Amino acid sequence: MKSQLLIGNAAVARGAYEAGVRVVASYPGTPSTEITESIVKYPEIYCEWAPNEKVACEVAIGASIGGARAMTCCKHVGLNVMADPVFTASYTGVNGGLVIAVADDPGMHSSQNEQDSRHYAEASKCPMLEPSDSDECLAYTKAAYEMSEKFDVPVFLRLTTRVAHSQSMAQLGEPDQVPLKDYVKNPAKFVMAPANAIRRHVDVEKRTEALRAFAEETPLNQVIDNGSAIGVICGGISYLYAQEALDERADYLKLGMVWPLPERKLCEFVAAHEVVFVIEELDPFIETYVRSLGLGVIGKEAFTMLGEYSAAMIRQAVLNTDDEPVTDAGLPVPVRPPVMCAGCPHRGTFYVLKKLGLTVCGDIGCYTLGAMPPLGSIDTTICMGASIGAALGMAKARGPEFAKKLVSVIGDSTFIHSGITGLIDVVYNKGINTVIILDNSITGMTGHQDNPTTGKTIRGEATKQVDLELLAKAVGIDRVRVVDPFDVKAMEAAVKEEIAADEPSVIIAQRPCALLKYVKYAGHCHVNQDTCRDCRMCMKLGCPALTVHDGRVVIDATQCNGCGLCVNVCPFHAIEKEAEPV
Amino acid sequence: MSITSIMIVGVGGQGTLLASRILGNTLIGAGYDVKVSEVHGMSQRGGSVTTYVRFGEKVWSPIIEKGGADIILSFELLEALRALPYLKRDGQIIVNAQQIDPMPVITGAAEYPKGIEEALRERAKLTAVDALVLAREAGSIKAVNVVLIGLLARNTSIPREQWEETLRTTVPPKFLDINMKAFELGYQYEE
Repeated sequence: MKSQLLIGNAAVARGAYEAGVRVVASYPGTPSTEITESIVKYPEIYCEWAPNEKVACEVAIGASIGGARAMTCCKHVGLNVMADPVFTASYTGVNGGLVIAVADDPGMHSSQNEQDSRHYAEASKCPMLEPSDSDECLAYTKAAYEMSEKFDVPVFLRLTTRVAHSQSMAQLGEPDQVPLKDYVKNPAKFVMAPANAIRRHVDVEKRTEALRAFAEETPLNQVIDNGSAIGVICGGISYLYAQEALDERADYLKLGMVWPLPERKLCEFVAAHEVVFVIEELDPFIETYVRSLGLGVIGKEAFTMLGEYSAAMIRQAVLNTDDEPVTDAGLPVPVRPPVMCAGCPHRGTFYVLKKLGLTVCGDIGCYTLGAMPPLGSIDTTICMGASIGAALGMAKARGPEFAKKLVSVIGDSTFIHSGITGLIDVVYNKGINTVIILDNSITGMTGHQDNPTTGKTIRGEATKQVDLELLAKAVGIDRVRVVDPFDVKAMEAAVKEEIAADEPSVIIAQRPCALLKYVKYAGHCHVNQDTCRDCRMCMKLGCPALTVHDGRVVIDATQCNGCGLCVNVCPFHAIEKEAEPV
Repeated sequence: MSITSIMIVGVGGQGTLLASRILGNTLIGAGYDVKVSEVHGMSQRGGSVTTYVRFGEKVWSPIIEKGGADIILSFELLEALRALPYLKRDGQIIVNAQQIDPMPVITGAAEYPKGIEEALRERAKLTAVDALVLAREAGSIKAVNVVLIGLLARNTSIPREQWEETLRTTVPPKFLDINMKAFELGYQYEE
């Protein structure tokens, strides 16, 4: 059989393909995005970017009811958005197998919180599998479909960033021939009105008992016996770290299924060892259960709730050995936080907002970087779509004068995801807020996914394009205007006028992402040192190409993409475009 | 059981991901167990980026820890300094001597440290190269990553043909000539 070096996410997609999945619907979210992107490679699978995770999950549920094996993928916070249908899909169960792949982000490489999605399995009573590497990503995905249909339940597949984004070898198999199941109308199972739901809840509890028995038997939970007195209970990436750190100096109970947990297996494992460690990133999910069985283990008293683990951390806690001191040059090392790219269209908008000194409710996307110096203009970032509701709340709390110095900024994809409902609230409840939609014609931060405003499907096919201007007007915004954020004068004038108005307004700041292939600015910019008066106005842009060397502003030609925004803000016309590319 | 760990560091947008793909596939071709770990998403927007590549007979963790890297391949000078604590005592650093100012330096909140090359040379076997010049010579400044891969290749025991085979399968055909030349210039580079 062939094997291939794959990132975990691509291996999940391959597993879905081999399991005969027919429908995949998701909303992008790091670190889960590449699962759905990898599905695109399989033309026999219908796949889509949905407007948000809730819709994506509903599409997958519908496909399952319709008899197809289906999947939806999200990041941890995306699971919050889709939680509503998930909890009821647990009651309805499935027809075709249904898998929800969720990727947590310990260490918050690209997230606003560090929530542990394992709690959702217990809360919704849907079982959860957790692979450790790409080979298991593929195999567990297939196992999840078998379980889903056997136990009539949606199954979670939980990844973390290091599993989702690490490449390791995965054994490829042949795709199973899974026929579309019959669709038979069955309101008692699929209409969750109280009378039916009351009966289904009985089935759910019976199912959980069956799943508990399965957890004791399944090879997904395995003991690796090295004859050691030290036992380690772990799963996912922690298993790899523990193996790296301890190797044959410990025995392992590797839990591939994190809910429900195998009571008997855990009791036997703990009883057979002198000391047992529970090693799991984030919350003490396994540990709490193990302790509830009256078992004595070492868990969070030796390991942190924060961030990612490492083999060194485990060596230290279990073996009490310190690694040798590391090499250090003794020089200060300035941090290098992420920044908006050179040529980013958002830069023009934030330059204006900073200049006007407004309160800015921000949202989730590349433009969250507008909170960083020197642009530093964002006051709040909460969750997808929150910029509009939060600004309405602030305006209601502090009155119209405050509202006139306040804007929301939200990207095109985020606006469709869940900003539109906030905008409807503004109109309905007589807000006077100004909302700036940062329309860069793509879902940017997650790596360029199409969305309902781009006019293209996930497969690049042309489709009907949501017109943001018409949409804003349709919900009752009379003041809607489209502005180019690189025309900073026009942008400033537009913002001033709209925040002053006694009615709600929408400014669509429209310019495509600088990283899109079709965006090509000719040449690059350079500073004419004879005419530059060193006013440093351009430095307020926070462009990574503009820097100061030997007391003078210079443009690093290898970083500049020639967008010309700095040319527009220079009051002395000292920045010029060079025609020739570097 | 000996594992080799190579850390690739740079600034988001410099093409470190392609470099790690070429390295990973070459190691697979050479018959090793390989794990590669990288982080996508926000940090890629001009921030520090790190890829870990570990290979040997059987690799458990995809992560390189402090003091664990045999080789650090850095696309930028300051990033090599940042990665230094990850280097093994007798490890090797290959660095592109390019300087890209991070935002705190641009805003004046911090200074770009001076004397990085000397400090690295005191503590590690160092090869410093102006990969931008070589990439330009190859035909595109975007080929910096392949120049550096060429330099790395010469410092491993994996036959040259294996690397070239990977390039042929990884790089789009229309850029293959430029990348082959970039690889050659890196491979032949003498400090």
